[in-house]
Formats: sequence, structure tokens, C-alpha cells
Amino acid sequence: MAALETSPGPNLRSRSAALGGVVPPIWLLLVAGAAGLLVGSLRSSVFAQLTVQGLALGAVYGSLALALVLVYRATRVVNFAQGELAMATTYVAWQLIQWGLSYWEAFFATLAIAFVLGTVLEVVLVRPVQHRSVIAAVIVTVGLFILVDGIVNWIWGAEFKFMPSPFGTKIYHVGGVSIARLYPGMLAVVAISVVLVWALFRFTKLGLGMRAAAFRPAESALVGVRVDWMLAIGWGLATVLGAVAGLMAEPSQLLLEPTLMQPILVYAFAAAVLGGLDSPGGAVVGGLVIGVSLNLIVQYVPSITSELQAPFAFAVLVAVLLLKPSGLFGHREVRRV
Amino acid sequence: MTALLELEDVEARYGPVHALHGISLSVEEGSVVAVLGPNGAGKTTTLRSVSGTVRRSGRIAFAGRPIDRLGPDGVARLGVAHVPEGRGTFSELTVWENLRLGAYTRRGSIDPELERVFSYFPWLSERRKQQAGTLSGGEQQTLALARAFVHRPRLLLLDEPSLGLAPVLVAELFRIVRELNEREGLTVLVVEQNAHLALQAADAGYVLEAGQVALSGTSDELRADDSVRRSYLGY
Repeated sequence: MAALETSPGPNLRSRSAALGGVVPPIWLLLVAGAAGLLVGSLRSSVFAQLTVQGLALGAVYGSLALALVLVYRATRVVNFAQGELAMATTYVAWQLIQWGLSYWEAFFATLAIAFVLGTVLEVVLVRPVQHRSVIAAVIVTVGLFILVDGIVNWIWGAEFKFMPSPFGTKIYHVGGVSIARLYPGMLAVVAISVVLVWALFRFTKLGLGMRAAAFRPAESALVGVRVDWMLAIGWGLATVLGAVAGLMAEPSQLLLEPTLMQPILVYAFAAAVLGGLDSPGGAVVGGLVIGVSLNLIVQYVPSITSELQAPFAFAVLVAVLLLKPSGLFGHREVRRV
Repeated sequence: MTALLELEDVEARYGPVHALHGISLSVEEGSVVAVLGPNGAGKTTTLRSVSGTVRRSGRIAFAGRPIDRLGPDGVARLGVAHVPEGRGTFSELTVWENLRLGAYTRRGSIDPELERVFSYFPWLSERRKQQAGTLSGGEQQTLALARAFVHRPRLLLLDEPSLGLAPVLVAELFRIVRELNEREGLTVLVVEQNAHLALQAADAGYVLEAGQVALSGTSDELRADDSVRRSYLGY
């Protein structure tokens, strides 16, 4: 703290540079939005329900968006298979439950499997083409999308599967508002996962190595960071976050099918781009914004029906790319003095 | 005295371009050795072939152990710190995180190393939370050097530490390098355009020309050599 007090100038400067120099307006906007949601929720119980539900869904989008951002930051690759991997790992959880594990045993076992799966895919599929060109790696992820989809259909078939509800069927009554326990449950699980991943990156040596390897692979190797491992672990972590998204998306859809994550991938892309493709915090905020606004718009804007949710998210994506390509929290290129 | 680092007939290339045509040199444990030569002679590539950041062939041994097949992280783990040309700082990370990365291969507490580095560069301690990218050029160069010290390397590879620095800072950096060498026996292989400074700090030197060793000797011998005086010392 002493350092902060003795040199406030440079600290403030570095902070605003890191956030693109647009911090105050965006935070004002977000605070205003949150206040609007609160006021609306106090006035209307339907609004309150839609807001809570939207936040829970938004957390799922944010989790998948964060997975996209982690991979993008580490390797500049946009992983189009992120949603399908999330779907596949959810099938793994379903299978484990069929074999007799309880929901939460299956949940944690699936996260471990997801980590191994992501790591292995990076080593086997992405690494060999990565050094040739980024676009080659991106095309590999598109192929992986189709491959994973095919494998899931081949193993488990296309018919619906049902999983037990992770949070029971309890309904909370707060004031005049009824809220299924599912939604705060989804929010809590995603929040815990995101905080754990953040803490890993922020406070551990491994996390520091991963950040260094993502920013500057050559210099990282010079100080002894095993860059290849860091990138593989990054893929593993992203796949874990995807699995969390898939597992939390499933109860909100009430069933499991191979197309579970396809619309959610579009929302996650919109969230990641809205937040700034290289900003982890932005991805989560973007997810929440997209989740809530999609839910409210369908209810309150008559011309937008639920069929138009995905096109709406796509419109957001295009608008951000046109108007502010770095997103709300994305880095502008760091100054090299 | 034994050689800590030994290069024998080392070749290196960038794609089709040969940068080193069979370099042989040795660095005694506890000495400071300078690599001199004109631009494009292969000075930087020599350092890079040691740290494994360029494709190389030939024999390179560190502390008696062949390292010519190791990647840069493997070489770093053996106790070699390479401060690359320009700034090797992580501009997106804080000063403290940069220093922490310097000791990435060390286990346990690095507080003693940090204390030591802060005793040389007290301002680093005051600004440990500052983003490294917002430091001035000279400060970043110092940070890169400090990061290498935190590593407590057996061998320090220094590439053009004077590049873009005020003369006063350059002299200070060389003084500190020399001090670490004398006090702690740090072995240094330094590439430097400023031959005058380099030979002052070094025990011995090699002059490279077109990817080969043109001349070698102790600093005194090199200073006395007519061609070195004419080409690099300017008198």
C-alpha cells in the first residue's frame, strides 16, 4: 500500500491505460443499469423474476465467454469448439450419473475430466498447427466442433437425456417474488468457479506463469516458464469453465441434447466481444449484460420474440465490432515507450 | 579455473540465413567476458544460441553439461539468465510480478533475493505495484536486469545493456554487474557496442566478425591490439 500512496500518478495512469482509458463512463453505465434493474424488480415481480433468471443465464454465458477469452488470450485462437466441448462434458456428467454417481460427485469428476480433455486436445490437435498460423488453429477448432458433435451423437444418440436437478425444486418467496432455487444456485456455482480461476491467475505462481506465457512467450521461456505447458493448462482450465457452463445450462433447459450449447455459444461470443476479447472480467460482465437484456427484451419488446434472441445477440456482436472493437474493457495496444 | 560455459564450433541460422559459422569460445567461472564486433557479426545470436532461443548446432556445454539440445526454459532452469536486447520486461505485468518471474525456477521464499535487488535499486521497491509498461526505457532496462539478479543465475547473458540508456545509467549498470561479479562470483557474458565500457568491465573478450571469432584475448590484450583500437575504441 505504501507504494500506492507514494506514487499515485503512475498507478492511476497504468490503471486507466490497462482498461482502455474509458473506465468512468462504463462503470457509471453499469451502475446505472444495475440500479434500473433494482428499481424495476421492486416495482414488478415479473421483472424481478426475469432479472434473476437473466442473471443466472448470463452467468452461464459469461462462464463460456471466459473460456473463450482464456484461450484467446493465451494463443490468439478463437475456439469455435468451446460450446461443443461444454456440451460433451455435460454428457460425460450424465453418463457418470447413470453409472451411479450422485449429481455433485459427477459434477466434480466431470470438471477433472474436462481439464484433462482440454489439455490433451491442445497438445494433440492445436499445438502441431499453432506455430504455422493462427488461422490454421482456428480452422482446427471448427473441425473439432464437428468432430465432438459427431462423437456425442455416435455415443449417446440424438434423443433427449434428463439429469437430476442439482438444486432441487425448492422455490424461494422474497417479498411478492417467487424464485426457483435453481437460479441463485446457477449464479453461485458460476461465481465460485470464476473467482477460483481468477484467484489462480492472480495469486499463484502458476497463474503468473500462465499470464506471462500468454503475454510474452519468448521472454517467459527465458525466465524458465514452460510455455507449452502453460498453454495446455490454459486450454484445460477453459474446458473446465465450459463444463461448468454446460452443467449449469442443462437444468435451465431442463433437458440435454447435442445442440444444448449452440445458441449459448453465440451469446458467449457476443458477451466476450462486448466485454473485450482479451478481458476476463469483461467476459463475465458481458455475459451478465447479455443474459439480462435478452430475458427482459423478449418480455417487454413485443416485436422481439424468443426466436429472435440469437439474432439479437448477433446484432450486439456486430454492433460492438463496428463501434468499439476493443469492447467495454478490452486492452488498447499497450504503449511501448 | 574451469570453464563454466564452453562453445565449440557452434553454428546458428535464421531460416536460410547463416548467422554463426562455427563459433568457439569459453567463459571461465567467475569472470566477465565481453563479446564485441560490428552489427550483424553474430553477437546477439551467440547469446541466443546459449539460451536456446535460436536453432543451433555444435557443442555447447554449461558447467560440463551439454545444453545444445535444451529449449530456453530448460537452459534457464540450469541457472542461466538471459537479458535480451531492448527490454525483456513484461510490460503488462507489475514491477513485482516481473521480479517474481525472474525467480520462477526457484522454490520457496524469494524474499532474500528481493531484498538484495532492492538494496541495489531502491526505487523498484517503492514502485512494485506499477505496471512495467509505464516505466521509462531506462527503468525497464534496469528492471530486466533486476529480474535476472532475482534469478540468482550462475551465468548472466547480457545483450546490449547500454542500448538507449543515458551514459550515467550505463556506467551504473556496469558498476553493479562488476560488483556482483566480485562479491558473489557471478559469471557474465556481455554483448556490448560500447567496447570501451565493455573492456573496462570485462576480464576477457572476443571480437566477432561475420559469424566467426576474429580475435580473442584478455581485456588488456584487446585494448592493446591495433585493429581493436581502430575499429572499436576509436583511438
